[in-house]
Amino acid sequence: MILAILAGLLFAFAAPFLYRWLGKWLYVPMALLPLSIFVYLLTLAPAVLGGNPVSQVQAWTPSLNINLNFYLDGLSLLFALLITGFGTLIMVYAGGYLKGNPLLGRFYLYLTLFMTAMLGLVLSGNLLSVFVFWELTSISSYLLIGFGHEKESSRDAALQAFLVTGLGGLALMGGLILVGIAGETFSVSELLTRGDMVTSHSYYLPALVLVLVGAFTKSAQFPFHFWLPNAMAAPTPVSAYLHSATMVKAGVYLLARLTPVMGGTDYWQYTLLLVGGITTVLGALLAMQHTDLKAILAYTTISALGTLVTMTGIGTGPALQAMVVFLLAHALYKGTLFLVAGNVDHATGTRDLARLNRLGPVMRFTAIAASLAGLSMAGVLPFFGFIGKELVYEAALGASAFQWLLFAVVFFSGMVFVAVALAIGYHIFWRSKGEVTPIEHPDSALLYLPPVVLSFVGLTFGLLPGLLATPLLRRATEAMLGEEQVFELALWHGFNLVLGLSLLTMALGYLAYRFSGRLQQHASRFNRLYLFGPDNLYQLLLKGLITGATKLTATIQNGYLRSYITTIVLTLTGLLSLTLWRNGPTLDLADRVQQLQGIRLYEVVLLLLMISGLVFLFRTRSRLTSIAIMGIIGYSAALLFILFGAPDVAATQLLIETLTVVIFVLILHKLPPFRYLTHAGQRYLYILVSLAFGAMMTYVLLLAKQYPMDSKLKSYFGENSYVLGKGHNIVNVILVDFRAMDTMGEIVVLAVAAIGILALLKLRIQKGGKP
Amino acid sequence: MELILPFLIGILFAASLYLILHRHFFKLILGLIIFGLANNLFVFVIGRLTRGGSAIIPQEDSVATEPFADPVPQALLLTAIVIGFGIQAFAIVLIKRVYQAFGTNDLDDMNSTDQIEEQEK
Repeated sequence: MILAILAGLLFAFAAPFLYRWLGKWLYVPMALLPLSIFVYLLTLAPAVLGGNPVSQVQAWTPSLNINLNFYLDGLSLLFALLITGFGTLIMVYAGGYLKGNPLLGRFYLYLTLFMTAMLGLVLSGNLLSVFVFWELTSISSYLLIGFGHEKESSRDAALQAFLVTGLGGLALMGGLILVGIAGETFSVSELLTRGDMVTSHSYYLPALVLVLVGAFTKSAQFPFHFWLPNAMAAPTPVSAYLHSATMVKAGVYLLARLTPVMGGTDYWQYTLLLVGGITTVLGALLAMQHTDLKAILAYTTISALGTLVTMTGIGTGPALQAMVVFLLAHALYKGTLFLVAGNVDHATGTRDLARLNRLGPVMRFTAIAASLAGLSMAGVLPFFGFIGKELVYEAALGASAFQWLLFAVVFFSGMVFVAVALAIGYHIFWRSKGEVTPIEHPDSALLYLPPVVLSFVGLTFGLLPGLLATPLLRRATEAMLGEEQVFELALWHGFNLVLGLSLLTMALGYLAYRFSGRLQQHASRFNRLYLFGPDNLYQLLLKGLITGATKLTATIQNGYLRSYITTIVLTLTGLLSLTLWRNGPTLDLADRVQQLQGIRLYEVVLLLLMISGLVFLFRTRSRLTSIAIMGIIGYSAALLFILFGAPDVAATQLLIETLTVVIFVLILHKLPPFRYLTHAGQRYLYILVSLAFGAMMTYVLLLAKQYPMDSKLKSYFGENSYVLGKGHNIVNVILVDFRAMDTMGEIVVLAVAAIGILALLKLRIQKGGKP
Repeated sequence: MELILPFLIGILFAASLYLILHRHFFKLILGLIIFGLANNLFVFVIGRLTRGGSAIIPQEDSVATEPFADPVPQALLLTAIVIGFGIQAFAIVLIKRVYQAFGTNDLDDMNSTDQIEEQEK
């Protein structure tokens, strides 16, 4: 199985190069990839269907206990077959839909990358690799939604989908790690047997919340549903593949996968029922309010996902059976309908229900696919959708609590599905009223074959449910329940309550379709409610984040050198004071007063010279005077160095001081007169800051001198300067011998400064301000 | 002297920081120079003061005899002074060029690269 994943990655990144080579035939190799994986999975199927999950382990990071496990049981096989089978058709379809697009190679890269990630997600036998692939699907979905990146709405939608699912992914990571800690393993196959351990662990509740947030964002459950309709900005093959058949079902897959591990508790059940129920109704309601084909399909997808979550929440055997059957049925007909919507859009240039009429005769094959899929969606008798709907109704009625409420929810959604199916499968193709919508691009085989194939698969599954679907779906259900199941799918259940309710659904659905125009008029009254919807909330949050970040940056990085320095100095002073105050030694000056006795007069003169120099520096307004004062202070310091046994330092200081004064004077006459620019109020603040800093430095220095200095370096250099370095001047020997490399670095610094100065002096500024 | 010099150094630090906090580029440079000086004295004083005896081994000896000044801070100081000079020289030339280019020595007029533009509403 690792080969399948690697081949996927290889093909993905080869796509842009192959495109140069193959041009419009690129879809052939890209479709062969999922097809061959599909066939490979089929060879594994007999073992899995025989009740023996296939497990493959590849050591990855053994020290962290992260292995590249692959685990194939009924549930993952169902999803994997869906992904690859559907993938094959989508690859072909995209070849027709995006024919001539110069970015086709890139598109196939993203799409194949996504398929690989999705495949990895469902095949992973390790929670951590589940997460890695999960994030990879979010990223590739971002790239695919933003494929039409010239449009701002595309970019916004891509970002929105990415932020919502990405944040959910983060939550999921936390949740999966907690599950792993609770179950003491990250291996899926081992966790499946440790459900009690996880549910009784104290981490269970936080883990559940985090995992559910991850699953709900991915599967567009309320209140995170808003990204899915916006994601319809993606090209139609993407909408059909990611946002209807596979990626949005990743959340459902995760819930199904974790049912044996985390399910069965009240928290699990009621949360799923509540969220799933709300999503089912909300999706159906919103679907009725739109006339854009893709929007309608997106909202019905949300509704269907809600139903899947609800079924998982009920958690009984029949409910989980209904879940897998409905999932398969939905993937088949919804995928078809999306492709149909794509064809209509491609052919006519519009997706508005109100502007599409009598397309049946001109787009015959597409129309047939649409009608078949519509019949399946509406739950009409020989189709697979019928079985799915029947089972869902039965499961809702057989729930342990709130039967009628749950039934009302799925019934309502079923009714809307009928209306939508009529609108797409009948209204735009076969109705005899209205003018024929003009066709801009005629249908091509690449475009209509995939939906036709899909819709016929739906029909075949419906006609032969026992033969084709039962073994796989049975094992998938068992993977969720963890026990053997009696699983019989039949088309005809006899005349019973559920059949009657099915018929009632169709009747009411037809009415809803007939009066949809009037319903939509009433619906506009609720528009004001959207202001409080999660989509708006998201926009507000995003805007707030950006403004907040701008404000914060403007405050912190305000461009005033003074405030940067003040911040640095205050932080330093504050931290030092805090440390010294909490556990610093006390300053003891009493013992050291006698040190004052040895003071010489000339030393005092030097000190007074420096301090009075500072005083004059602040009082003068002449630049020349201040430079002269700088000279006085510098020479005084040099004299201090001489007095305390540092002749070399003193010599350097004298030299440097002289040079500085010379440079200053040379530059000086070019400068404007001196002015006080700082506000008086601020000045007092800065004086306080400066005084605090000076006091702190004095205190630290006095404190440091309180302790004896035991420098081994001093005696080492004293003993070895002549012996090793052949020099009598110890300081010189240190600079040019012991620490010669440091001096070398110093010279480099000076050279760089010199180059900088040269560049500044040579720089000529042209008119217009550009150097 | 060991007791008095710390106060002098504190005063130098305070004065230099106050100069650095000025808006005027020229004062900033003065502040930088004094700040460097204060730093050098700080290092010098913290490594004990020795009156008279410099860090030089007498011509006839091969080993230094106490009292001699600690050579380590001195070596550090030499490096620090020279590098400090590099910075000073660069800053002094820079102030000239800045004035030629922008016609101002007010630091507050030179912060446009550091400020982000408010979002267009």
